[in-house]
Amino acid sequence: MAVQALKDYDFPPADSQDKFHGGQLLYVGWDDHLMFCAPFAYCLPPGTLFSDVCERILPNSFAYHPDWAKVDFKTATWLKSGKPWRPEMNKTLAEQGLRHKDVLRLKTPGLMGIAGSGS
Amino acid sequence: MDMHATKKKLGIKEKYAHMTRGLDWETSYQPMEKVFPQATFEGIKIHDWDKWEDPFRLTMDSYWKYQAEKERKLYAVLDAFAQNNGHLGLTDARYLNAIKLFLTGISPLEYVAHRGFAAAGRNFPGVGPRVACLMQSVDEMRHAQTQIHALSNYNKHYDGFHDFKHMLERVWYLSVPKSFFDDAFSAGPFEWMIAIGFSFEYVLTNLLFVPFMSGAAYNGDMATVTFGFSAQSDEARHMTLGLECIKFMLEQDPDNLPIVQKWIDKWAWRGVRVLTLVAMMMDYMLPKRVMSWKEAWEIYFEQNGGALFADLARYGITMPECLKQCSIDKEHIGHQAWATFYQYGGAAAFHTWMPSDDEMDWLSSKYPNTFDKYYRARFTHWRNEAEKGNRFYTNTLPMLCQVCQIPMLFTEPDDPTTICYRESEYDGEKYHTCSDGCKHIFDDEPQKYIQAWLPVHQIYQGNCFPEGTDPTVEGFDPLAKVLEYYHFDMGNDNLDFEGSRDQANFAAWRGMATKNT
Repeated sequence: MAVQALKDYDFPPADSQDKFHGGQLLYVGWDDHLMFCAPFAYCLPPGTLFSDVCERILPNSFAYHPDWAKVDFKTATWLKSGKPWRPEMNKTLAEQGLRHKDVLRLKTPGLMGIAGSGS
Repeated sequence: MDMHATKKKLGIKEKYAHMTRGLDWETSYQPMEKVFPQATFEGIKIHDWDKWEDPFRLTMDSYWKYQAEKERKLYAVLDAFAQNNGHLGLTDARYLNAIKLFLTGISPLEYVAHRGFAAAGRNFPGVGPRVACLMQSVDEMRHAQTQIHALSNYNKHYDGFHDFKHMLERVWYLSVPKSFFDDAFSAGPFEWMIAIGFSFEYVLTNLLFVPFMSGAAYNGDMATVTFGFSAQSDEARHMTLGLECIKFMLEQDPDNLPIVQKWIDKWAWRGVRVLTLVAMMMDYMLPKRVMSWKEAWEIYFEQNGGALFADLARYGITMPECLKQCSIDKEHIGHQAWATFYQYGGAAAFHTWMPSDDEMDWLSSKYPNTFDKYYRARFTHWRNEAEKGNRFYTNTLPMLCQVCQIPMLFTEPDDPTTICYRESEYDGEKYHTCSDGCKHIFDDEPQKYIQAWLPVHQIYQGNCFPEGTDPTVEGFDPLAKVLEYYHFDMGNDNLDFEGSRDQANFAAWRGMATKNT
């Protein structure tokens, strides 16, 4: 419902894509690896190849985890907004329809974190 | 000639009548609705402001007298504490980090509460609540001042106490309490009273103020205990004001019930999310623990809060649905929050550390259902890595909840191994929230929350660097520049407690006080 206000209440969103200097936000979480307390937020050019995300950007964030070396992107699966989604590695974010503020979850079956605790 | 001496003093009843109700008047130059423009827009209907019952019947002159007496006692104790190097009597220098969190995260809110109650007092057409709000406004100012004065003594000796006001408006985790109060202050006066006067002061204050003050008592911090005592009699008055206000609204018109219920639901959840910081303080930051967060929640909310909602049932008020989830969350949020600050310990203005074996055993005994199963392995791994010189610091910014602004660290109510993701779309743009409670709040007033100043997004927009920063230069280090913008003293205010300057100084000074070499 509308905000109850004394005057017209209409303000622009604080985080529209035009404010990110050509980048778009992409959030990525790794299921069953709560050692990383929350999904990460990235600001990337829409022309970034998805293979670059997997080979260059995610390792920088996740490589501290002993499971990371065992991640195989050929068998890994993904969720986008909670629904199954299949990336094309050689396409850019924009080309495969990833929008500003989309959220992805990486699932790596068989890898259950530190001592199988989901950490 | 006989002189009839007039009675010098008014009775309490007469005094109250003259000095509160008697101060009211009907304006004649301007119509009342123009003088009090905020009294009706929220939809709350008040028919007779004189029905307001003031449970304390305190007048301004007695107020000053009581408060002055309390101030004298407080400052005498603070002086004695400072002159006798009271800080060396603390259990352990790790304790200091709990009060750094208090000074940066809570004390500035006392000041915002001062402003908010001043505004509410100005905007209510009834003289009873107006005077009560005025007193609470002065109380809140006093609390901010006494807390800052009490804790300023620590600033002479330890890191992280030096710039709380600057930090409040910039630092990522301080946006959590700041946005909570901004949300309340930007609403109308009635919602403010439910948000702060009722939900915060009445329902949740025992879970915020009491844990910090008991923590201080258990850990030898006499200065903090004393400002706690000094504030306590005010808190009793604030709680009663919050309760009176809600009863008054509900008794005035049946149409007020759904509005009041909606606000209670919203503000109970907003408050619970802020309390995540208290949960981690109780479970991890006090060298001498008072009780676990889970126990505090059971005593102060499940038992006391349960009785309150039973009492309000006669007005048609029901317990907020979202609070049921808290009986699950109480087993997890302290551990989840501490894990978050540990890994983002490079960007916090206090020190973090991993619990010792003894402390882990305490956590296991307090959290038999969850600690060993979900958290012990993680924390042991981190501790082992730190001992090998590979201490974990996350290098990437986290995704935040659009409403509570906490990193998306909370797990699904029915699955503590899966992060809780919720998503909304408004005007073609996506928004993410951490829970059904926050999503519900967003969906009810999206126009308000799309404006949220989310620290992570602001950093990516380039708004969190010191003036004159050029992010395009070779070797630009964004994290270093953000910490500079926060006014953090890199290496002293942040990082692990082990090896910190606080740790070394406390040990050296206490050694000088207790040994001959």
